[in-house]
Amino acid sequence: MSAKETGGTALLQPSPAKSGGKFSWRLEYDSSRIRSPWWTPILSVILALLLCAVFIAANGMSPITVYEKMFHGAFGTAYGFTETMVKAIPLLLCGLGIAVAYRISIWNIGAEGQLTVGAMAATAVTIYFPDLPTFWALSLMLVFGFAAGAFWGLLTAVPRTHFGVNELITSLMLNYVALLALDYVVFGPWKDPKGFNFPGSPMFTAAQSLPVLGSTRLHIGLLFGLIAVAVYYLMIRFTKWGYELRLIGANPTAARYAGIHIKRHIIIVMLISGGLAGIAGMAEVSGVTHKLMQGISPGYGYTAIIVAWLAKLNPMGLIVTSILFGGLIVGGYSVQTIGLPSSISEMLQGSILFFLIAGDMIHRFRIRRGA
Amino acid sequence: MDFTTQLLIAAISAGTPLLLATLGGILNERAGIIQLGAEGLMLMGAVTTCIIYIRTGNLLLALLATVAVTAVLGLLHSFLCVTLRANQTMSGLAMTLFGSGLSAYLGKPISGIPLPGTSPKLHLPWLEPVPVIGPIFSHMDYLTWFSLLLVVVLHLLIHRTSWGLHLRSVGDNPATADVMGIRVQLIRYSYVICGAALIGLAGADMVLAYAPTWNEGLTAGRGWIAVGLVIFARWNPLRALFCAYFFGALDSLGFRIQLLGSAIPSYFLKMIPYIVTILVLMYLGYRNRNKPSGTPEALGVPYIREQRF
Repeated sequence: MSAKETGGTALLQPSPAKSGGKFSWRLEYDSSRIRSPWWTPILSVILALLLCAVFIAANGMSPITVYEKMFHGAFGTAYGFTETMVKAIPLLLCGLGIAVAYRISIWNIGAEGQLTVGAMAATAVTIYFPDLPTFWALSLMLVFGFAAGAFWGLLTAVPRTHFGVNELITSLMLNYVALLALDYVVFGPWKDPKGFNFPGSPMFTAAQSLPVLGSTRLHIGLLFGLIAVAVYYLMIRFTKWGYELRLIGANPTAARYAGIHIKRHIIIVMLISGGLAGIAGMAEVSGVTHKLMQGISPGYGYTAIIVAWLAKLNPMGLIVTSILFGGLIVGGYSVQTIGLPSSISEMLQGSILFFLIAGDMIHRFRIRRGA
Repeated sequence: MDFTTQLLIAAISAGTPLLLATLGGILNERAGIIQLGAEGLMLMGAVTTCIIYIRTGNLLLALLATVAVTAVLGLLHSFLCVTLRANQTMSGLAMTLFGSGLSAYLGKPISGIPLPGTSPKLHLPWLEPVPVIGPIFSHMDYLTWFSLLLVVVLHLLIHRTSWGLHLRSVGDNPATADVMGIRVQLIRYSYVICGAALIGLAGADMVLAYAPTWNEGLTAGRGWIAVGLVIFARWNPLRALFCAYFFGALDSLGFRIQLLGSAIPSYFLKMIPYIVTILVLMYLGYRNRNKPSGTPEALGVPYIREQRF
């Protein structure tokens, strides 16, 4: 068709130079959109549930049954809900510790090991000072738990500040060291002679156990967690130290020029971070298991990483996400009754994290029309 | 066979999965993308190998499936890190969590079932009479030979070819590479996918040559040791060979001391590789405090065209 035949209508058609341009789309990155919307964590949880539903269905189970079972197990009954809260306590304490470190971009993934040594130190108190009265026993266990966790954090902080070793690798290696040390004491020197050869320390006495709420297993460690969250909020918000942390987090170069001693902050932050995880370990042995045994933590330290990230380091968010993930762990146990492994909850956690980090970035892209 | 030869054989056997995973990590990081998902990828590789090998009895099919599955996970990692420019550390952690959860879930039905066979060995009878080399090399399995070949190939690729030059430039200075007409995104995608597949093969090697049944979490942190080995090896395949075998030796030395009936509890011997990792990294950090560490300069920094840093 020639231009003559079409006559004036040719003017309405896109010129060859622009053709394609009108219908081409491209993604444009807008780095100014740093704050992600509040609904990304919620959406990522939903998408993760959908993704894992595919794997569950592929294995010949009904995802709805499995999720129903998990939800009912975690939140459906009074017993389930207190169990969820019991799991939320270590997640809250470890997650808070991780959040403090993330404030200045220190990636502490060693909460698992820090929790383990905290539990070991608390148990050491019961073994070497067996006859202390309640107050002194519990206080000493708390101090020992904190100190042990903080020391484990220091073992990560010093290689980072003085030798330039990536804290991710150090903290993770120390997790394995802590777990092996735990195995050693529960199979070796601290093994209960009356324990029918079962690997574990002797049972704690009533004076060495944290008080519980009524007839449930929910123990006073919940208060430790809530107090720690409140202190964290006030420190970050109202103290000079908190201001310096926020400054380092926002712009480390500017912070250094402003004369802030970053190395010192890294060490302090790792002491706090590890110490909080240590308290979580103390609360776990003294409040829940009442003895030291293998597998004291079903991966609380790793789950707490997602708890902290999902909460966007926000104190209130930490409380909500740790309860959610406590529920996920309890729900994971409850699917074992229908023959599924509890690791289903780990799978869900990993996929929540995938969708979360993707969601944080996707909204920074804009779809643009035209060239 | 004397103690040293036995130790060398054990070191190679324990070091091969570490070597494969380290080489995979080197490919990832040379392209500028941090891969902290090694532990999860190894577990996924191991469980895929076990499932397909037990179900079909075909080793080659199992290895191909392993490569395919872990390559898909690598694709996911590169989509998140290259296209979406997400946080590479977090993506890797998610990979590790997801991989350990999914592998435990998928592996539950086959847990504890022995594999139909181990890694086939390449028998070289003419090498047998040679004193030290004979016992070590005359009965090595194919995956070990493959890893040795790969060291040479990758060394030549990275340092002697224009492909390697492109890879290094993408890892060191993507903006300049882009200006030179090198397709930064494409190169990052392909090396991250290949790297992930190699780490998956490391998991396959663990079950084929080292631990012949699937157990939940059977890699026991070896993926993370490989992440550390990438740094020891300074992103260099030849060094990776020595570092991986050194750690393999440490690993099996602990086991051997235990067999000799030593008074040291085995738990402490098992700690050795982890503690040595930290100490060596500290030593390297101290020695190289004023020197370039060999880190690809753009490692962990997402590349955005037309944006200054």
